[in-house]
Amino acid sequence: MRLIAKLTVLVAVLALSACTNPNRFDNEPVDLNAATGQAGGIVPGSVNDPSSPAYFQQTVGDRVLFAVDQSTLSPEARATLDGQVQWLMTNTDYNAVIEGHADEQGTRAYNLALGARRANAVMEYLVAQGIPANRLRFVSYGKERPIEICSEESCYAKNRRAVTIISAGLTS
Amino acid sequence: MKQVFAALLSGLAFALMVPGVALAQDGPLRIEITEGVIEPLPYAVPDFVAESAGAQQLAQQIARVVADDLTGTGLFREVPREAHISQITSFGSPVQFADWKAINAQALVTGAVSEEGGRVVVKFRVWDVFAGTELGQGMQFAGTPEGWRRMAHKVADQVYSRITGESGYFDSRVVFVSESGPKDQRAKRLAVMDYDGANVQYLTGSNALVLAPRFSEDGQRVLYTSYETGMPRVHVLEVGTVQSRILQGQDGVMSFAPRFAPNGQTVVYSLTQGSNTDIWAMDIASGGTRQLTSAPSIETAPSYSPDGSQIVFESDRSGTQQLYVMSASGGEARRISFGQGRYSTPVWSPRGDMIAFTKQNAGRFHIGVMRTDGSEERLLTASFLDEGPTWAPNGRVIMFARETQGAQGSSSLYTVDISGRNLKRVRTPEGASDPSWGPLQ
Repeated sequence: MRLIAKLTVLVAVLALSACTNPNRFDNEPVDLNAATGQAGGIVPGSVNDPSSPAYFQQTVGDRVLFAVDQSTLSPEARATLDGQVQWLMTNTDYNAVIEGHADEQGTRAYNLALGARRANAVMEYLVAQGIPANRLRFVSYGKERPIEICSEESCYAKNRRAVTIISAGLTS
Repeated sequence: MKQVFAALLSGLAFALMVPGVALAQDGPLRIEITEGVIEPLPYAVPDFVAESAGAQQLAQQIARVVADDLTGTGLFREVPREAHISQITSFGSPVQFADWKAINAQALVTGAVSEEGGRVVVKFRVWDVFAGTELGQGMQFAGTPEGWRRMAHKVADQVYSRITGESGYFDSRVVFVSESGPKDQRAKRLAVMDYDGANVQYLTGSNALVLAPRFSEDGQRVLYTSYETGMPRVHVLEVGTVQSRILQGQDGVMSFAPRFAPNGQTVVYSLTQGSNTDIWAMDIASGGTRQLTSAPSIETAPSYSPDGSQIVFESDRSGTQQLYVMSASGGEARRISFGQGRYSTPVWSPRGDMIAFTKQNAGRFHIGVMRTDGSEERLLTASFLDEGPTWAPNGRVIMFARETQGAQGSSSLYTVDISGRNLKRVRTPEGASDPSWGPLQ
């Protein structure tokens, strides 16, 4: 009878142990402070001490802003960077990492590259003004570390930034 | 017996766009299209028969996942179980076709589940109700009780492929970035899940920022970018052991946007030196590298053609991001995107005939597809921020990330047909971004 079709049994044993160590990280604590890119965080020293990173951050000015998609330095940005040059010239015990950032209006990989352009625009300016290149490093966070979270130009303008983070000690 | 049919999976416009996709398959079931809108094929999946004591719950769950898979495609519509006239109480008994015809179930899936000594066996058959025949042959899968969802996906893949003539995509996994925390303190970790969001497993901790994981073609390895060392660097991770290592550790440079070549031996990625970002290739075994682009502009997001001979990537050498195709060995690139706005994150389809991309235009983001020469561009989605398409293994569906607007904005994964229909959110335990769809297992 047609309906009682012979069942052709095709056995396929599945390899069902996909991951030998599932959820290994489930209970791992999240330590966001361990990550850099949190510009505006606590930096050491007193604002009243002109040789402190805190003074650099708050009085000299640790960041410059960029126009949409741009990495060229505005006159205001150059003025800020001139102050950074003076500070770095005076405080030769410190090095700096320049972080480049983008706003959220863009795709992830492109924003990483764009942030690198911005960080390097700052780095090249500092080097041109006499800061030894071996005191400076750069890193881009693309759109991963916004400081302002609204989805409007007022926030975007502050997120399109390059931040000079002062790091203690002479390193290679 | 002989019937006329065409298992059309997509709209007429799309059929023209991709010759051969809207294939006519000699089979008794059909999925009708009226004016570009699919009329989903009605089908029934009664609870599978429990053939051993204690298999009752599995038998029900497996049938439900099969139904979720099929209905979730938008190509099938389940006839609710309340409407069923016949009950399937024995896998071997004759099917009462009249009872299924009466409720207009054109396809019927019957199955049985037994469990013994930690081993589950799932049997199933697919029936063409109106022809009164079995479609294909009965099949069975065996596995562990924990693997029941995979067995259900395997059944659904068989049903899908017998009715559409194309391979399925249900028994597949997606690697992605799981996100938590507010926008300005977002924690990210790598995770892998079934295509439907089930069985999420975390592959890294969230102490270091991780971005854009990409499966190898065999699904055994994942490339991703991690800030573990302070700089974004390309890492490779073995999924089985969850062991990872830095692939590109050169000092003072950033590496990101990696993707495997189809052979699994070469990796293509972006390298940033100073302000310039170019595309490089690395032989994984030897570590030998080769620079593929050398423009002063940003070149990133490379993706191989399935035959490994070409690479599509994005570049802003013209002033804004556009898509280009070059030989896998580098050299002259040909621009393929010419529409309004900017184009990014191109991904070659597994069939080789199309490229999916992200497009920004007039303040909106879109996921779109175009032919590999840039013609017949079609946008599938529109929102505040859609980004990063990845193809289902059969090239019919695209998954991507959608970020919502504003201070409370968060990211979720969505799927959409390449016809632009059936936009659906994939449920994940936390926010999710950067999906990469692995192979059919």
